[in-house]
Amino acid sequence: MMRFAEKDTAITGVGMSEVSRGADKSALALTVDAALEAIADAGLSRADIDGIATWPGERADGSGFSPVGCAALQDALRLELGWYGGGGEAPGQYGAVFNAIGAIAAGLCRNVLIFRTMYEATARKTAYANSLLREGQRQAGPFAWYAPYYTYAAALQQALFFNLYVHKSGIRPDQVGQIAVNQRRNAALNPKAIYKVPITIDDYLASPVIATPLRLYDCDVPIDGAAAIIVSRMDVARTLKNPPIRIDAIGSSMRYRNSWTQLAELDTQAQPKVAEMMWSRTDLKPADVDIAQLYDGFSFHTINWLENFGFCERYGAKDFIDGGHRIALDGELPVNTGGGAMSGGRLHAYGAVHEACTQLWGRAGARQVQGDPQVCATSTSGGPLAGTMLLVRD
Amino acid sequence: MVARTLPAIDRDNEAYWTWGREGKLAIHRCASCEYFVHPPVPFCPHCESRDVAPQAVSGRGRVVTFTVNHKAWLPDLADPYILALVAIAEQDDVRIPCNIVECDIDKVDFNMKVEVVFEPVEDLWVPLFRPVTA
Ligand SMILES: [Zn+2]
Repeated sequence: MMRFAEKDTAITGVGMSEVSRGADKSALALTVDAALEAIADAGLSRADIDGIATWPGERADGSGFSPVGCAALQDALRLELGWYGGGGEAPGQYGAVFNAIGAIAAGLCRNVLIFRTMYEATARKTAYANSLLREGQRQAGPFAWYAPYYTYAAALQQALFFNLYVHKSGIRPDQVGQIAVNQRRNAALNPKAIYKVPITIDDYLASPVIATPLRLYDCDVPIDGAAAIIVSRMDVARTLKNPPIRIDAIGSSMRYRNSWTQLAELDTQAQPKVAEMMWSRTDLKPADVDIAQLYDGFSFHTINWLENFGFCERYGAKDFIDGGHRIALDGELPVNTGGGAMSGGRLHAYGAVHEACTQLWGRAGARQVQGDPQVCATSTSGGPLAGTMLLVRD
Repeated sequence: MVARTLPAIDRDNEAYWTWGREGKLAIHRCASCEYFVHPPVPFCPHCESRDVAPQAVSGRGRVVTFTVNHKAWLPDLADPYILALVAIAEQDDVRIPCNIVECDIDKVDFNMKVEVVFEPVEDLWVPLFRPVTA
């Protein structure tokens, strides 16, 4: 049988900088904080790191979307690398992890430092209203088709897809709102979360509409911060400090048109084929998953993933999340246990993988899921992009 | 209202953004198998023909999905407006992002029949859609 390369890799350490709505240090300093914490957490030193990866790579455009790239971090830490890679044309944010798996399989490196840094809170206080469009500049690339129509943020494309989903599924606003309520409840137990004051469904329903049916509380929160993980070759991982968290299976396919307008299934986005690929690479089933960190750039993404991972049937998420009990910390499938990006801060799926490891290592303190969780499904997404990882504590 | 941001014009998309001058919505079409190729690419993914060129279509279509924006992303962008994806009548998988105009924001709906109108902006003609009344 084919040996899948991800099964020979594991997450061995995690780190996270201070996450805030306006940092008192630079984006590079935040990145160094997260990186050094992850290296120490794995029981390694800088000399052991022989690969680095990030997504989408440095964007020196002032938007804060990705202010730190591989070169800056390599030089700051004076790493001696066998391999490095950054870039945005990948299966979502976890593309950096998938590339690292390939590099480890190729024998190019053994311990890869993967990081994601955002500095959007500071950027939005200064020049940038959003990261997609700049006034007065003619647009090229995939978003040029949206540019003339006052489409200033990803929220608007997602609202188009979300509205179709609501139309087809019949999900009610008070059901959608359970995602926001659940995550805020979890965030209240997470010292690093941005928003810790619990909200009710009534608060959700009273929050401003951004673009129908998307409300303010459906959206993640721009922050300054950095997260880092160490992905190691499995034989190395088993010599290190923490029980390895095996990357049991990944989903990275692109089987639909890679387009924000012509995507085959607008209301499921790219998720179904990506999840299908992941499940084809493991013997585990949805019922084996103990906890889920499901991408929440918008609550719609999380709702979508519940269905596309197979935790419930198509258009069945409304019943699955109704009342919020199943997705709560003590429910059958605790979801976004640290507050997610909506309450914890927009670390763009790397906050989610940090939280996944924290839970699988039993370090989550007041928000620790009981019953010794061992299997976590985690995902990224947005329009035609998606990536998944099934993480299993060794 | 804030000025529309415009696309950068290249050889493939020029007809789409300029044929509105003649009141025509230009969509690339394969001369061999008649498949519409959008966004415009000079290659037909169905029959592998390179004989693909812009052709005027009816300008009619249906609203596949839509959203009503309420957030003022920029100063002076306060009025609610409709963003939609419209499928052209000739081929339902060709979807065009647009604003729906001449339409009350409470009236826009899934599958609503619409027709193209053009708004000249600088040297381009931006396709917009309005409800078909007749
Ligand atoms: Zn053809």
